[in-house]
Amino acid sequence: MTATAAPAVLDRKGLDALVAALVAQGRTVVGPTVRDGAVVLAELTSADALPFGWGVELEAGRYRLVRREDGAAFAHSAGPQSWKNFLHPPRERLWSADRKPDGEVVFGAEEPADPSYAFLGVRPCDLRAIAIQDRVLTGGRFEDSGYGRRRSGALLIAAECTEPGATCFCVSTGGGPAADPGYDLALTEVVDEHGHRFLVRVGSEEGARLLEQVPHRAADPVTEDTARASVEGARDRMGRSLPPVDLHTLMGSSLDADRWNDVAERCLTCGNCTMVCPTCFCTTTEEVTDLTGDHTERWQRWDSCFDLDFSYLHGGPVRRSARSRYRQWLTHKLSTWHDQFGTSGCVGCGRCIAWCPVGIDITEEVAALKAESETETD
Amino acid sequence: MTAVPVPHRVISRRPETADTVTLRFEPVGRPLADFLPGQFAMVHAFGRGEIPVSVSSVQATGGLAHTVRSVGAVSDGLCAARVGDVVGIRGPYGTSWELQRARGRDVVIVAGGIGFAPLRPLILGALAEPEAYRRINVLIGARTPSDLIARAEVASWATAYTGVTVDQPEPDWRGDVGVVTQLLGRAQFEPEETTAFVCGPEPMIRATARELIQHGVPHDRVQVSLERNMRCATGHCGHCQLGPVLVCQAGPVVDWAHAEPLLAVREL
Ligand SMILES: Cc1cc2nc3c(=O)[nH]c(=O)nc-3n(C[C@H](O)[C@H](O)[C@H](O)COP(=O)(O)OP(=O)(O)OC[C@H]3O[C@@H](n4cnc5c(N)ncnc54)[C@H](O)[C@@H]3O)c2cc1C
Ligand code: SF4
Ligand code: SF4
Ligand code: FES
Repeated sequence: MTATAAPAVLDRKGLDALVAALVAQGRTVVGPTVRDGAVVLAELTSADALPFGWGVELEAGRYRLVRREDGAAFAHSAGPQSWKNFLHPPRERLWSADRKPDGEVVFGAEEPADPSYAFLGVRPCDLRAIAIQDRVLTGGRFEDSGYGRRRSGALLIAAECTEPGATCFCVSTGGGPAADPGYDLALTEVVDEHGHRFLVRVGSEEGARLLEQVPHRAADPVTEDTARASVEGARDRMGRSLPPVDLHTLMGSSLDADRWNDVAERCLTCGNCTMVCPTCFCTTTEEVTDLTGDHTERWQRWDSCFDLDFSYLHGGPVRRSARSRYRQWLTHKLSTWHDQFGTSGCVGCGRCIAWCPVGIDITEEVAALKAESETETD
Repeated sequence: MTAVPVPHRVISRRPETADTVTLRFEPVGRPLADFLPGQFAMVHAFGRGEIPVSVSSVQATGGLAHTVRSVGAVSDGLCAARVGDVVGIRGPYGTSWELQRARGRDVVIVAGGIGFAPLRPLILGALAEPEAYRRINVLIGARTPSDLIARAEVASWATAYTGVTVDQPEPDWRGDVGVVTQLLGRAQFEPEETTAFVCGPEPMIRATARELIQHGVPHDRVQVSLERNMRCATGHCGHCQLGPVLVCQAGPVVDWAHAEPLLAVREL
């Protein structure tokens, strides 16, 4: 898609009008909002629900909301959910089957009227995570049709990062804090003595049409420069980083590392990291029958490679130890994902660090593996 | 398209052993695309679930059939199917045996237990064109004589060598006793000019592949069929990973040269 319009500026009213226009189109608008002590993603009926004036404080195993003086709406980093909760939901019915009195069985594909989503405030890391799930779920020989249906109807409005969290490391995964292509509109929030406003860049025809419907003005140099400077500033304030080495090779040569035993002593194999990760896609299936026994449904739900049953075969799991399950997760993210899907499986959002109950930090584990590989080759 | 099962009617049911049954199928309506030997289907037992099962006969030679060993809820349900019942099947999935790579060469086919099922259509394919291959060898191992599948059919095959061995004999057993690899000594093949096909439990696959290579069969001329937990067969559920390989997509049939280093890593 080509950018079809010059950058523009929206003010608070313009943002209100943007949400109203999307709602009027019949779209389900999903964006960040404060609920239960966290910034969650939920349906928004107006821009008022955005987390104006909220930021977050993050550390390994820690997430806390904090007040912000500047009233910014998008100055919080990734929360516990990601857009996969909507595009690749935790539970989904795949198909159902009915056994008729004559013994015939009729299978029915699931073709629900999925909502037509508009995602507001997609972080650059999450934009990349969506592109990664696109490759996994729709880029192979077979397509996950439910995902494909929801995804092709979804409109993406990115919000570039001006305030990275202490657990963020998108830059060292090759992305952020500016938005890569793939968005319909990209917002950069600016709050200064000239007011609270959003620089808007257009990424698609649909984005351009949407922008036409809301009050906006042409971008002025001050807003453009300030926006660019705050995104550039964010690049230099990343809380963490992955070591600048070929991770595919490092992981591939670290399968026997001692570090896996060390992390296995700390890891609870709870699977939180896989649930919050915006790229983790693994699922399992369940059969659900009604009381008559003649109607059965096939459901898909998120699964985790940390679950013992995940690799179940011949009377037991292939990956029995915590060591092998953490190794599966980390090597898949950073190494075998490349072999399977041609990209890394990590975008550096930091969620797995913040939401790990014991504070296991992917960047620290990779650094330790690197150090171990260096002492071996010495 | 979501991968939804396609109704198939059971047109025959043959018990093979105390816990294994061969079911032949006919599509109720639209047929599935043609399966190749080595490929598998996801087969649905109504109200119980869906499991990966290789084809033990393909449409091109005798019609679609599955040979299922009852080991749990879903396989039990399938083994209990009666003639006339309707079962949902989707596929074909995965890679197939590359029989064309054996043309003009000696062929060694080694089956352990239920691993015989996916090899059966390959054997029939090779026997249908005997002039295309040098010598065809079939080596079969099972736990006990009662666990041998399709004994009469196996006895009727015109191969250069057919060997059958069991781990534990029964009173009327006059054949070989011991692991299947010991039959390799009697098989007729020139190792450097051989293509081999192996399916069975993982320890048996390792031992057989290793021995074939010791005999001098090239690494990349040994094809094996791998098994991993599979929920989707379409490359989306993540369950079948073996390191870099999604077994449902890049397998189940892979070259031993590719599989060996992966299977060498414990709990990969
Ligand atoms: C590519 C592929 C091809 C296959 N082809 C065939 C085939 O042609 N015929 C066939 O019978 N099976 C085949 N299998 C194995 C089959 O899929 C499993 O036996 C099946 O998934 C078990 O499911 P269940 O619900 O019946 O048992 P579960 O409830 O999952 O398991 C019940 C019990 O069976 C044991 N079990 C699980 N899997 C196996 C297994 N593979 N072998 C032995 N015990 C097991 C478990 O440890 C448990 O004790 C194939 C598997 C793959 C991946
Ligand atoms: S592995 Fe961790 S940092 Fe990387 S994308 Fe997943 S949750 Fe984010
Ligand atoms: S790394 Fe942390 S979040 Fe992930 S499974 Fe282990 S304890 Fe749970
Ligand atoms: S069986 Fe689901 S990815 Fe292979």
